[in-house]
This record gives sequence, structure tokens and C-alpha cells, in this order.
Amino acid sequence: MSSHLLILPVLLPLLAGAVLLLFSGARLAWKRPINLAACVALLVVAVLLLLRATEGGAQVYVLGDWVAPFGIVLVLDRLSALMLVITAVLAIPVTLAMSAGTDRTGQNFHGLLQFQLMGLNGAFLTGDLFNLFVFFEILLIASYALLVFGGGRARVAASMHYVILNLFGSALFIIAVGLLYGVTGTLNMADMAVRIAALPAEDVALVRAAGLLLLVVFALKAALLPLGMWLPAAYASAAAPIAALFAIMSKVGLYAIFRVHGLLFGDMAGPLAGLGQSLVWWLALATMLLGILGVLGARDLRTLLAWQVIVSVGTLLAGWSLGTPEAWTAALFYMVHSTWMTAALFLIAGVVVARRGEARDSFMVDARIASPVVGLAFLAGAVALAGIPPLSGFVGKALLLQAAGFSGDMTIFWVLMLCSGLAGLLAFSRAGTSLFWRGPVAEVAAEQPPMPLMPALLLLVLSVLLVAGGGPILDYLAATADAMLQPADMIRAVLGDRYLPGGA
Amino acid sequence: MELLMAVSIGVLTACGIYLMLRARTFPVVMGLMMLGYAVNLFLFSMGRLATEAPAVIGRAETHADPLPQALVLTAIVIGFAMTAYVVILIIRGRKTLEHDYVDDRVNERDHGVAEQGLSKRAVAMPETPASAEADGEPRP
Repeated sequence: MSSHLLILPVLLPLLAGAVLLLFSGARLAWKRPINLAACVALLVVAVLLLLRATEGGAQVYVLGDWVAPFGIVLVLDRLSALMLVITAVLAIPVTLAMSAGTDRTGQNFHGLLQFQLMGLNGAFLTGDLFNLFVFFEILLIASYALLVFGGGRARVAASMHYVILNLFGSALFIIAVGLLYGVTGTLNMADMAVRIAALPAEDVALVRAAGLLLLVVFALKAALLPLGMWLPAAYASAAAPIAALFAIMSKVGLYAIFRVHGLLFGDMAGPLAGLGQSLVWWLALATMLLGILGVLGARDLRTLLAWQVIVSVGTLLAGWSLGTPEAWTAALFYMVHSTWMTAALFLIAGVVVARRGEARDSFMVDARIASPVVGLAFLAGAVALAGIPPLSGFVGKALLLQAAGFSGDMTIFWVLMLCSGLAGLLAFSRAGTSLFWRGPVAEVAAEQPPMPLMPALLLLVLSVLLVAGGGPILDYLAATADAMLQPADMIRAVLGDRYLPGGA
Repeated sequence: MELLMAVSIGVLTACGIYLMLRARTFPVVMGLMMLGYAVNLFLFSMGRLATEAPAVIGRAETHADPLPQALVLTAIVIGFAMTAYVVILIIRGRKTLEHDYVDDRVNERDHGVAEQGLSKRAVAMPETPASAEADGEPRP
């Protein structure tokens, strides 16, 4: 059993999703517990895998016993285990929030969520580049359906852009994978890293083109500047708990950049080492700037949060392009924090929308929410996301700035980081005053499905835990960053000793 | 054969991208499909082009690389599903949005709100027609 634990994060959601779709006519009262149970089970599996990755380093599951590099392998290392846990933790509050009644507004939410989780987990676990594409498609097609869940003009319009852009992205992905296969003759990422390290000079240009194409694809998913304009409309129009789930979706692109570019174009890659890093650095800074402007200009809470996602993407990719172990450790911490806290605030935005009637979550002085609990939860989320002490956002930003160091090159990064905090502070203050302080007390519209606050509180507690447990968490993340920058251990786990350059 | 293949892929890609840049949904979907064909041909040719080389060992002197063929099959199936989804989405979009433009705001600007805004302002402020003209003019 324990040897097959590695494939459970893919199998479990597949089976749960299939069951939920088979009985799609069943009552929600049946589907909700099944979905929740599957999410809890997934969290247990993810935590077990995290413990295994901590103890044993990189581990491999050989599908169908076709040995690497000929068959497809799943690779569990610290990074993939971390991503599995982030996702599984996120799924539970999202399910709880949707189960309060929003799942009535469309069809098959519970099944779609499971397929979404399957795609995400598969993408995090796979060690094969084409298989990564396949899992991307699974998570994308589930997200297409989830984005438009509940219908309505804004969702359909945003969904159209999201779907068409991602289909174009998929086409580029296949071209890049095809190029890499044509040149290196392998799809296994570890094997490909070894072959890129020993690449003949005449093939360097082709692999560079393929690597940059992959970067474009992942940057589209992660919403880096010229490719990220689909994100605000999509996230702001989706049902709030689904937007909370999508907090992990832009991180998939980030994960893919960390994984694929970290492995294929790491220090081993010779002339191709650090491919795209300087480009991404400037684009990431520009993304931060645009995100700051968007945060300041937002006129409703969900749009504000969507722009915060853009700011965090810029911050994270800037951290990635620094390329040092400290920067990657800080970026990983910030990724965990920003995923969970953005999701928490989207869930709070859902509560706001449900309780403010016609005014929904716009910053009109029309209706205020009298509940102090909601207000305090919003305050906590805003403090965390804007990066003010004592919550996790501050720790993440401080770590990133510390890793960047204070040299002349980094001035602009410091300025943007501090401005993003200030902009967050301003925008959240404005949001808070109009949502909770000004205007007459809101009357709850009867037709709105109820939205509980508890799921958001669950996520907010995690922010405290991230700070309180900072030491062990940072140790884990530092080991993760080291393993990513020194991928020999993982390559050895996949291919065995003989493939390593120098036979090490 | 290499030239023919390269030219076909290039022409398909060019047509696909041209169509994808159109403003209405149907050409965009056609463009996506053409791009999909181009990509599949490209992926197929990554196993190198050869004639009389089956993908099975021992049937002929040489054998072709079977992996790109498997990848193309996967890509075709996925592309098929995605095309089906996007077609359903644009049909629903046409019903919900009541137009078939890719960008919802294009329609408002060129055909709806802008013209109404112009006429309202022209009525409300007859003494300053010039400024009303400038305000209400649809942006290019």
C-alpha cells in the first residue's frame, strides 16, 4: 500500500470525481459529504507524502513498471509534496464554502472540483514533460467549467478570453515539447536535463527557443505582465469560492517555471543555464507595478483581490529570477502564504457579496455589514495580504527583501515591494471603510445563497501558524530550494547512477 | 517531403493566427483548430520524416519512432475535446451576451453605449455640440 501512496493524489480525486459524476442526479446532500471526505482523505495523503519526502528525499513511482526514461514516472520530492499540501488544504474550505448553497447555482460543482484537484496533483507529481501537458489540460478543462459556474454575462465573457488564451497556450506548449523531444529524444524531465547538459553546440539555439516557448506558456498561466490581462476579469467574475480555488491556478504556472526551468536550465545546462531569468526579472517588476496600479484602481473587492494576485505573481517571479537558495526559500514561503491568504480573502469577499444585497462587493457607500466578526476577519486577511506584521505576509516579504540584499541593482525591487505593501494598505483601508463602516446596515437579499465565514477563518488561522511554525517551515523550504538548485539527487532517483554526468 | 511539410505547417499556422486575431468568435475557433492541425503535424514530424518505415521493429529495414505518433494521438484527442468545449462556450456566449464578439466591451463601445451616450448628451447640452461630439466619439 505504502509504495502506491504516490499515485493516490491522482487516483483519489479521479475516483471521487467519477462517482460524483455517475450520480450527478443525486441530491447535493449526498454529494457534499462525498466531496468533503475525498478532500480530507487527499489532505491526509498529501501530509503523509510530505513526511515521506522530508525523510527520504526524492522518490519515484514508475507507472506500469516501464522504466525511466522510456515510461512515465511520477516524482515526489519536497517541492511537489509542498504543492500537494497547499492544494489539499485549499480544497477543504472551498468545498465547505460552496456546500453552504452556492453549489445549487450550477451543475456538478463537486465532480468538477475533484477533477480540478486531479489535474493539479498530477501536474505537481509528474516527471514527464508531455504528461505535464496532459495534466495541464485536465486542470484547465475543469477550470473552464468552474469559471463559468453559475453563468451570467461577466463570467461568460471572461471565460471566453480565458479559454481561448489557454488553448493558444496549449498549442505553444505542444510545439515546445515537440521541439525538445526532437532535439533531445526524451520526454522524461530528469533525462532531458542530463541531455541538455551534454548538448551539442548546433542544437543550443533550438533548445533555447523551446525553453523560451515553455516560459511563455507558463507565464501565461501564471499571468506575467504582457500575458496576464485575462486574470482580473476572470477571477473577479467567478463565484467567490471558485476564485479562492483559482488562487492555486496561477501558482501552477509558477510551479512549472520552478520545476521545468529549474531542472532543465539550471547550473548543469552550460550555455543555457539561467535561461530567461533576466527577462523574467524585468517583466516581473513591471507586473508588480501594474498590479499596484490595479490594486489602487479597483472598484470592488474581488477585482482588488485579483490585482493582488497579479502583484504576488510579480513578487514571486522576481524572487525566482534572483536564482539564489535564499531567494527561492523566501519565494516558496511567500507562495504558500499568498495562495492561502488570497483564497481566504476571496472567501470573505463571498461573505460580503452574500450579505450586502444589491451593493454586492463594490465600494459604494450603500450598505455596510454590521457583523464585527466579518470585519475582523477582513482586517486579519488584509493585514496578512498587505504584508503588515505580525501575520505571514510580512514574514514572506521581509525574507524576500533580505534575500535580495540591499545593493544598487535591487533598489527598484525594494521600492516596488514597499509600494505594493503601501498600495495594499491604502486599498484595503478604503475597501474596509466602505464595506464595514459607512452607509446604512445592509439587508440580506433572500435570493442570495448563504455563505459561511468559517472556511475563511480556517485559512486565516493558517497565516498565524505559518508565522508561529516559521522555523521548521523555513528549514523545510530551504531544503526544498537547495534540492531544486542541486537536482542531482532527484535525477539519480529517477534514472539511477549511470546517467549522471561524470558518473557521480 | 520536408519542404512540403514545412510549408504546410507554416501556412496553417499563419492562417490560424490570422483567424485568431479576428473579432468574432467563429473565425477565432476556426483559427484555433487550424493552429491545432499545424501543431499536430509539427509534433508528428519531430519523429523525423521517413517513408516505408513502420513504427514496429522487424517489419522493415528501418523503423520509425513510435512515440511522436502516440503523442499526436493524445494531442488530437485533447484538441478535439477542447474544441467541443469552446464551441459550446461560444454558443452559450452568443445567447448570454447577445452578440458574437470575442471582446464583450468592443460591442458596447461600437454599437451600443457609445451611440446612446452621444445622442443623450447632444440632447442634454445643445449649446455645446462640439464637446459632446468629442466626448461621445467612439475610440478607435
